[in-house]
Amino acid sequence: MEMIEHALRENPLVTAFAFVGIVMWISVHLSRYLTFGRVHGSAIAIVIGLGLAYWGGIQTGGSKGLADLKIFTGIGLMGGAMMRDFAIVATAFEVHVDEAKKAGLVGVMALLLGTLIPFVVGASVAWSMGYTDAVAMTTIGAGAVTYIVGPVTGAAIGASSDLMALSIATGLIKAIMVMVFTPALARFMGLNNPRSAMVFGGLAGTVSGVSAGLAATDRRLVPYGALVATFHTGLGCLMGPSVLFLATKAIVG
Amino acid sequence: MIIYGTAILAACHLLGVYIGDLLGSLIGVKANVGGVGIAMMLLIAVRVYLHKRGLMPDTTEAGVGFWAAMYIPVVVAMAAQQNVVAALKGGPVALISALGAVTLCACVIALINRTGPKNQDSTWQVGTVADET
Repeated sequence: MEMIEHALRENPLVTAFAFVGIVMWISVHLSRYLTFGRVHGSAIAIVIGLGLAYWGGIQTGGSKGLADLKIFTGIGLMGGAMMRDFAIVATAFEVHVDEAKKAGLVGVMALLLGTLIPFVVGASVAWSMGYTDAVAMTTIGAGAVTYIVGPVTGAAIGASSDLMALSIATGLIKAIMVMVFTPALARFMGLNNPRSAMVFGGLAGTVSGVSAGLAATDRRLVPYGALVATFHTGLGCLMGPSVLFLATKAIVG
Repeated sequence: MIIYGTAILAACHLLGVYIGDLLGSLIGVKANVGGVGIAMMLLIAVRVYLHKRGLMPDTTEAGVGFWAAMYIPVVVAMAAQQNVVAALKGGPVALISALGAVTLCACVIALINRTGPKNQDSTWQVGTVADET
């Protein structure tokens, strides 16, 4: 037993490949026999992943979910920003250029709305719950854009660390909700072609939420959504500490 | 050779991220501005360019295709290392803000997609590695 654990710990990335393979296998079978194909296998796998992340977080008290467990450090590498972005870029190989071009303008519009709407919602909720100063409202509002925009904005305008934690939590919950609910809401949102995927990528924001949500809905839509969504964080970090903060300040004083 | 494909992919990735960083510092933001998106556009351009000249044999394509197909497993691994505990500890402000933002955005997405052009052709559905699933 100790020998097995040693082998797993010495080869973290290989362990992660094997482990995720098992999770995928279980998910595909659950999808086929439990839901008769109605719920996509990848959607089930992502929910299992989130569940394991919760379990890992409880076990270790760390911040990286399952990856904080010694034998699963490879999960951190496999699902980290580097591999995630590498795989996302690779999906661009399947983009049909004409489709992407056709939706370029609407994608940009979606990006702007995707920054503005979550910010206004987040800042308003913060205000209604007693966070009435401009710095707190902006930080929480920016967190509702993505969990990276939140702390970047907070740091730039001098928010306290508990505000930043709150703002990161807001962004994380949003990302998790997008991951879980996208497949269920796909029909309602009209997510069935490249144009709609680009609108979704701009409005739903957070690369992790969009990429996982689209993966669980229709694998072929991923590159279109990701192409737009990757500009989301940059735009948010640009607008958060500047335009949005000044506008909030002008309104609440 | 299969590594050519992976190397092209890696080069596009790195160049894209570099341009994203450059863009970020140019406009004074402490973040990468669209690096991955730029990398995707570079890869699309390279593919179109090489295809036209017939310099893209199947093995080279497989070097990219493998990573594109690994995408979902990578996303599952990503889900497994989210800070779910911290997210759930955020309390009502975080929960309500996130729920409100997601709900409103979903409605706006539905609105835009329903008013968009109909009769989309379905050529985008062919010729992808996703066919296997």
